[in-house]
Amino acid sequence: MSTRPIAVEVDGVTKRFRLRHTHSLKESLVWTVQGRERHNEFTALDDINLTVPQGQTMALLGRNGSGKSTLLKLMAGVMAPDEGRVRLRGRVAGLLEVGAGLHPDLTGRENVFLNASILGMTEADIRARYDDIVDFADIGPFLDTQVRFYSSGMFLRLAFAVAVHTEPDVFLVDEILAVGDEPFRRRCLERIERLSAEGRTLVVVSHDLPLVERLCNRGVVLQQGSVIHDGDVSEAVAHLKAPA
Amino acid sequence: MTVLQPEAALTVQGWGGGLLEVVRRRFLLSLLVRKELRVRYRASVLGLGWSYVKPAVQFLVYLVGMGLILQQRAIGNYPVYLFGGLVVVTTFSEAVGNASRSVVANADLVKKIYLPRELFPVASICVAVVHLAPQVVVLLAGSLLSGWRPDPVGMAALVAGLALVLLLALGLGLLLGAVNVLFRDVENVVDLVLMVLIWVSPVLYPWQRVAAVFGEGSIWLAIYQLNPLTVAVELVHRGTWASGTNAGATPPGLAGQTVAAFGMTVVLIAVGQLVFRRLSGRFAQEL
Repeated sequence: MSTRPIAVEVDGVTKRFRLRHTHSLKESLVWTVQGRERHNEFTALDDINLTVPQGQTMALLGRNGSGKSTLLKLMAGVMAPDEGRVRLRGRVAGLLEVGAGLHPDLTGRENVFLNASILGMTEADIRARYDDIVDFADIGPFLDTQVRFYSSGMFLRLAFAVAVHTEPDVFLVDEILAVGDEPFRRRCLERIERLSAEGRTLVVVSHDLPLVERLCNRGVVLQQGSVIHDGDVSEAVAHLKAPA
Repeated sequence: MTVLQPEAALTVQGWGGGLLEVVRRRFLLSLLVRKELRVRYRASVLGLGWSYVKPAVQFLVYLVGMGLILQQRAIGNYPVYLFGGLVVVTTFSEAVGNASRSVVANADLVKKIYLPRELFPVASICVAVVHLAPQVVVLLAGSLLSGWRPDPVGMAALVAGLALVLLLALGLGLLLGAVNVLFRDVENVVDLVLMVLIWVSPVLYPWQRVAAVFGEGSIWLAIYQLNPLTVAVELVHRGTWASGTNAGATPPGLAGQTVAAFGMTVVLIAVGQLVFRRLSGRFAQEL
C-alpha cells in the first residue's frame, strides 16, 4: 500500500476470556458436587492480523460484542493478548473512555496535570501546553473547583482537551465523540483531523457511521472476533449496513 | 510538534520496565501521591492532622495500659521505647495495608488507561512516608527531652531501620497488591496479620522477655529475631532510645541480623516484582 513505516502491528492475536461463575470456596464446592462447569471460555479475538501504517486513520467497526473494543484495549496495552503480540511505534494515547483518568475529588487544574501525565507527557510539556488545554476545554472559572461539581459537558470537555493536547504518535479512540454539544463536537473533530494531517496515526472504534466515513480512510469490520472486511471505509460502512 | 521518528522501534505496550519505569515517571508518581492524600482527607477539617492524632491516641492507650497498669515501666524511658516501636509498626501496617488494596482501589485507571501499574503500590508506600515524617520528628524530640543524645552509630541504625520497614512494605505490597486482584481475600488476611503484628516484635515489651520464654540460643528466639520487622524495631530503638546504648539493651548480633533482614527484603522485592509483572497482564480483565 505504501512504504510508510508501520505504526501499529497486530500479529496473530488471540484473546480469550474466562468467564468464571464462582469465586468463593463454598460456591466452588457446591458447583463441583453438582457437576456444573465452573468456568467457560469465550474467544473475543481469534487470530487477528493487522498492520496500520503511520499516518493512517483506521476505523474498527462491527456489532456489539464483535471484539473491537477488546482489540483497542490490547493496542493500548491495558490488556495483554493470550497469543500473538501487538506492537506500536512512538507515544500512544488511548482514550478508551471519556474522563477515565479524571478523579472527581481533584480540581480541574490538578486533573489536567494528572491526566496529561498519565497519558505520557512530561512536566515541562504539560506546563507548556497548559494554557492551550484550558482554552480548549473552556471551563474558565471552574478550573479550581473539584471535578465532581462539573456538569457532564464540562467534564467531557476537560477530558478531551487533555487527550488531544498530548499529541500522541498513535491515538486510540473508543466511542467518545458520541457526546458533547455540537460546537464542541465540531472543534474536537477539527482537532482530530489536524492531528491526522500532521501524520499521526488514528484508530477509532465507533458506531457512528457518518462520523467514521468523514474521519477515516480505512475500515476494518470485525464479527465474532474475526476480520470479515478490510478496505476502504465507505465499502466497510456499506458492508455493515447490508442486511446480515 | 514532534512527529514520530521513523527509526523509533516497534514496542509492545504495557510491558514496561517495572520499578525502573516508576523511577522514570517520578512526576506522575508525585501526582498520584498527592491525589491519594487529597482523596484520603477530602472534606475533612483536620486533614493531614489526622496523621498526628491517630498515632498519638494509640501511643497514649499503650502507655497507660502497658506502662502504668501492666508495669512495663521497668524499661527505662518506656515512652520513647514504646513510641519508637509503634512508629515502625504503624508505618508498616499502613504501607502494606494500602499497597495491598492499591491496584483494586485504582480499578478505574487500571481498566482504561495504560500506566505502569507498579506506580500504585509505590504511591501507597510514599503516602506512608508522608505520614511517617512528622512521627519521626516527634520521636526525635521526645528522645532529646528524655536525655538521649544522637550518636553516629545510632543515626545510621535509625536510617537503616526506617529504610528496612519501607523496603519490606514495598516488596510485600507488590506481591499482595497483585494477588489481591485475583483473590480479594488477601485484604482480609492482611488485616488479620497486621492486628497480630504488634505482638511479634519487641514494641510493647523488651526482647529479653521473649528470650526468657524460649531460652537463650533457642531456634524460636533466632526466628523471632530474624523477623525483619523485629530487626527494624530494634534498629530504631538503638537509634533513638537513650537506654539503647546500655549493655544488654540492644540484642547481641543485631548487625548480622540487619544484614540478613536486608537480604530477605531484597529477595522479597524481587519476588514481588516478578509476581506483579506476571499478573499485571490480567489486571484489566479481572477487575
